[in-house]
Parts: sequence; C-alpha cells; structure tokens
Amino acid sequence: MTENLLSHVVGFARVLRREGIRVTPGQTAAFARALGEISIFDPASFYYAAQTTLVNRHEDLPRFSLVFQRYWKELGMERFPGELLQQAPAPPKKDPRAKPGEVGREPQPKGPGEAPPQPLVDRALTYAPTEVLRQKRFDQMSEAELEAARKLLYHMAWSPPLRRTRRLGAHGREKIDLRKSLRQALRYQGEMVRLAWQARKRKPRPIVALADVSGSMERYARMLLHFLYAFSLAQARRGARRVETFTFGTRLTRITRTFQKKSVDAALAEVGREVKDWSGGTRIGACLHSFNHTWAKRVLGQGAVVLIISDGWDQGEPELLAFEMERLQKSCHRLIWLNPLLGTPSYQPLTRGLVAALPYVDDFLPVHNITSLEKLVKTLEQLEV
Amino acid sequence: MLPSSVEETQKALERYHYIADRGLSVAVFLALRLGRPLLLEGEPGVGKTEIVKVLAQVLSTRLIRLQCYEGLDINSAVYEWDYARQMLQIRLLEAVGERAQERIRQEVFGPDFLLKRPLLQALESQNGKPPVLLIDELDRADEEFEAFLLEFLSDWQITVPEVGTLKAEHPPVVVITSNRTREIHDALKRRCMYYWIDYPSFEKEYRIVREKVPGVPEKLAQQTVAFVQELRKQDLYKAPGVAETLDWAASLLALGQTELTLEAVEETLGALLKYQDDVLKARNQARDLLARAQAPTPL
Repeated sequence: MTENLLSHVVGFARVLRREGIRVTPGQTAAFARALGEISIFDPASFYYAAQTTLVNRHEDLPRFSLVFQRYWKELGMERFPGELLQQAPAPPKKDPRAKPGEVGREPQPKGPGEAPPQPLVDRALTYAPTEVLRQKRFDQMSEAELEAARKLLYHMAWSPPLRRTRRLGAHGREKIDLRKSLRQALRYQGEMVRLAWQARKRKPRPIVALADVSGSMERYARMLLHFLYAFSLAQARRGARRVETFTFGTRLTRITRTFQKKSVDAALAEVGREVKDWSGGTRIGACLHSFNHTWAKRVLGQGAVVLIISDGWDQGEPELLAFEMERLQKSCHRLIWLNPLLGTPSYQPLTRGLVAALPYVDDFLPVHNITSLEKLVKTLEQLEV
Repeated sequence: MLPSSVEETQKALERYHYIADRGLSVAVFLALRLGRPLLLEGEPGVGKTEIVKVLAQVLSTRLIRLQCYEGLDINSAVYEWDYARQMLQIRLLEAVGERAQERIRQEVFGPDFLLKRPLLQALESQNGKPPVLLIDELDRADEEFEAFLLEFLSDWQITVPEVGTLKAEHPPVVVITSNRTREIHDALKRRCMYYWIDYPSFEKEYRIVREKVPGVPEKLAQQTVAFVQELRKQDLYKAPGVAETLDWAASLLALGQTELTLEAVEETLGALLKYQDDVLKARNQARDLLARAQAPTPL
C-alpha cells in the first residue's frame, strides 16, 4: 500500500472517532490489511471493506455512511458513484433549531440567601433537618433543599434485586459437581467419601426505567432523573448492567448512553438537548408502543424489572395504553408504576390513563420524597429471586 | 479452497442457492482472507444461520454448531469428562490390584475419557481443512461465556488442566450470529468483521423464492413476495423474515395455488405471522395489501 493511502486510512479512522464512532487501532489495521485483499478501484468493495472492518454497531451505520461520503469525496475521489452511497441507510435527521435544554442544570444561587445550607456542627441539630427533608415532597422544596436532597440520593444504600441464573457456582447445594467429586475420590482410592456440590449463581436483574418528562411531571422529573442516575451508578458499581433509561412525553427517547457520562451535570445537560419533548404533552400509549416495538426485545431479557415513572395524565387513547401495558407486563419480570401524586393525602388514581393501565401493574408506589425512594429501593431488594 | 475475490465469493455462495448482497460478500471474503471471525446481526429469519451452512459447503468442510443459551458452560461448550466410565475404570484398576495413585490418575484422565464439545472439536482440522464454527445466537449466552470466548478467539487454544494445552493447527472459520436481545460486549465486537443483514429487496427476495421453492409458479412467486414486502411496511410486532416468506410460498404451492387470492391469504397467514395481533391486523388490511401486490411489478 502506498504511504499516501495509508495516511488516509489513518486519517479516516481519526475522523470517524471524532464523529463518535469507536474505532480501535486494531480495526484500522484490519481495514488497511483488507485493502490489500480487494480491488480498491471497485467502489462497492472499497466501501464495504471499510464498513465491515470499522463499524460494529448497527446504529452507527448511517453516520458511517455520511462520514465516508464526506471524507473520500473531499479527497476528490469522484470515482465513488452516488448510487452506491445512496444504498446505505439515510443519515439521522437533525433539527438545527433545537435549543439545548436546561434539564438538571443547577440554577446558580442568586444571592447569599439561596446558598446551600452550611453544614451544622451540632449533631443533635443535623439529625432533625435531614429527617424533615426526607419527608418533604419534592415539589415543595426550595432550591437549597433540592440540592441537599440530591446529595442524599448519592449516599443511599442500594442493593439491586437478584435473580437465579442458569450458571452453576461452587456455593450452595443444588446439584452434584461430578468433576470435582471424582477428583476428590481419587485421593481415597476412588471412594466417594465426600460429594462436591454446586448451585445456581445469583445475579442482579436488569432494570429498565421509563420516565415521564411531560409538563405535568415537570416539578418531579429533574429529581427523578437524578435518582435514576444515582441508581445507574450503583448498579455499575455492583457489576450489574446500568439502568436502561428512557424518557417519554410525546415521544420516546433512549438516554442510557448519555447516562454513561462521568458527571451527572454533563449527562443531564445532554439529556436536555436530546429530549425534544420536555414539558410538552403526554401520549403514554404511543410511547409504550414504540418501546415494545423497538426496544423490548433488546433490553427486557434475563428477567428485567420495569419502572414507569408518571402521574398518568395521558392525552392518548386509553385502549392503546391498556393494550401496550398488557404486552409490556407479559414481557418483563415485574412492572412497577411510580406515581409522585400518590404522596398527596387525598389523591385517587382516577385519570383515564391510570384506570386503563393499573390492571397490568404489579406494584403501584409513590415517589414524592426521599423516604418513598428509599422504600422503593427496599421493595426492589425484596423482589423474589 | 478459499475464494480469491469478492466476485468469486458471491458466485460460490450462489452456486449453493444463497443469494448474497455485495456488502455481505465483501464481509465474508475479508473474514476468510484475514482470518477474523464474522459477526452477523439482523432481524430473525433473514438468513444469518443459513449463510454459514452454505459457507461450509463452499469450503467443503464440516460445520460445527454451538447453539448458545444462558448458563452455557465449559462442560457443554468445550469438553467434559466421562464420569461414569471413569468410575468404572477406577474399579477395574482396583480389581487388578493397581494401587499407585499417580498411575490411576493418568489412566483415568486420558484422552479416551475426554468428551469433546463444539469448541474443542473446532480446533481439529480434517484432511488439513479447518472446520467452519457457527456460534449461534451469542446474545442468549451470558457475559461469563462471552469472556471465555474472547480468549478462545484470540489464542485458538484450550487448556484442559489434566491433559495440557490443545492448539489449533489451522484456526477455524468462525461466524457468530446475534439477534440483539442483549448488546454483545465491545471487546468481542472489535475482533470481528461486522455485517448487518437487512430484509432483502423485492428483486432479491423474488430470486430467493425461485431458488428455494422449486416449482413455484412465476406469478405466485411475484405476488407472494410483493405481498410480504408490503406487509413489512406495516406496523407489526414481528415482521415476517425471508424464512417466513419461503414457508408461505411453500404452503401456497402445497395448496395448489397458482396466484394469490384473498381466500388463500386468509387461510395461510399463520405461516407468515406468528403473533395473533399481527394476524388480526393483516387480516383487516388483506384486501388492500393484496391489491397492491397484484399491481404490475417492475420485473
């Protein structure tokens, strides 16, 4: 291969990386080797050789096609005919007018009065404010209190629900480990003096959360996203998969990848930019439909627990909602509906949406203050294995 | 014999009745030439498993298939000792007065008592030809197995503690498929050539039906494929794959149909759609879809 082509191969990989497609040096090397095997003057072979070596995620294909076209076109390689590139899937549409949202961004304290509370020295006094804070409803909190509540979230004790896997481990007595038993027996002239046992291992269940970010949920949504972020971190620390997180209002948006950011502020700011239906209307049925259709098979495997966080104000058809709820309940291990309004003393779940959805819900729980979130974590912990 | 070019790969696959896109042919050709595993993803029923079977025929070598499931462990994927025979052998040695522990151990953990499972079999070439190893539906296996596989795919060797390390003379041709019920780990993906098999175009699917369902009348094949293509545009829970199209065409043929009628569609939808909601939806729109399928096609 000529030096010139090689440098373009490396340059192309660099541009792909800049565009967010993860390409390792090993993959770049494979691409370079591949060019030695095919006829590089055949545009289709060239294109697919690049694609098969450099991309390994279906969702990256449209972006790859776009970058490919731009990069090699700019080099004046007009030999790549347009129809080849048109065969590749269309690039994702971007709305240039979309403004970055302000989700989760901490409002800067305007005056000294709104600064976060100073840590108190007196231990007797510190206890009481925390206790009050835990009971207080999120929508009645001041900015300073919200800040303190958020801190509590990140210090919560978590232990995710477990499930019995089909893999055997050395702890417990469910099945005889013949291999080990036999090896032990050899020490005693082939006499099975003691049997070795195995049992099915336990593993954290996958958690999938669908959070309502429509107008009626506005006062809670931010706090609950913090909760989900903290939960996701805790899952990762336990070696479990992160919480698969989606938001919905008028449409469904997956934010799991955004939530992998190191800093919660960066992650939530990006969620604000990605979620286009923030504080808009609600069409729960349609959003659940698109979840069931596109995501259910990919994220509900291995006995997932699904959390729907919503007040149930739905502008869509109740029949559709009931239909999709039934399907969702059948494809997950446990379906839990979290409703912040349940914390209001005289509240009755009578909205059309909730009446349609509730028959398919396994647990219906409040999420209006820290105490209720702690109870939720306890409930999850105690789900049957 | 490895194919020497992309065109040859495509033609060779076609000889065994597999119609492959240009992109898939490039991916297969490069996987063979560079000796890398090929990771195939796509909706169920688009021919992921089928191409591997054909590939084994093209290379005239044996196909070893490992079906993945949760909890798949070394005992079922790599090797296991034949415990029952080992126990008997120990008794036998005892009966002839063998007392030396080391001797017994060597005897009992010899190659005669080793049961080879797919991955170990895949290390063995026959007549100098490595086999094709199909690791089917890897997304069903758990992360522990994936980690093991990562090691296997980079070293092409397996260590059996009692015997030693077994290494492949020629690495096998490896194809991994996934239905994406779970994301495959990045580390594994990076070692592979990747290709996403899409639903075929009308022309391609028509060719597949003519190849795979011998005796299907031209008109029936055209209308069947056109109907399925229209059906895939509907909002279904599970759109029909190519496998379903073939089943359907074969069913219609068995019923003696020469062209698609509303009656025949309604009677045989079960071959095409596997969810009751989808069947109901399709039945409601059958007349409409049929009209579009009967319209003159570009062929």
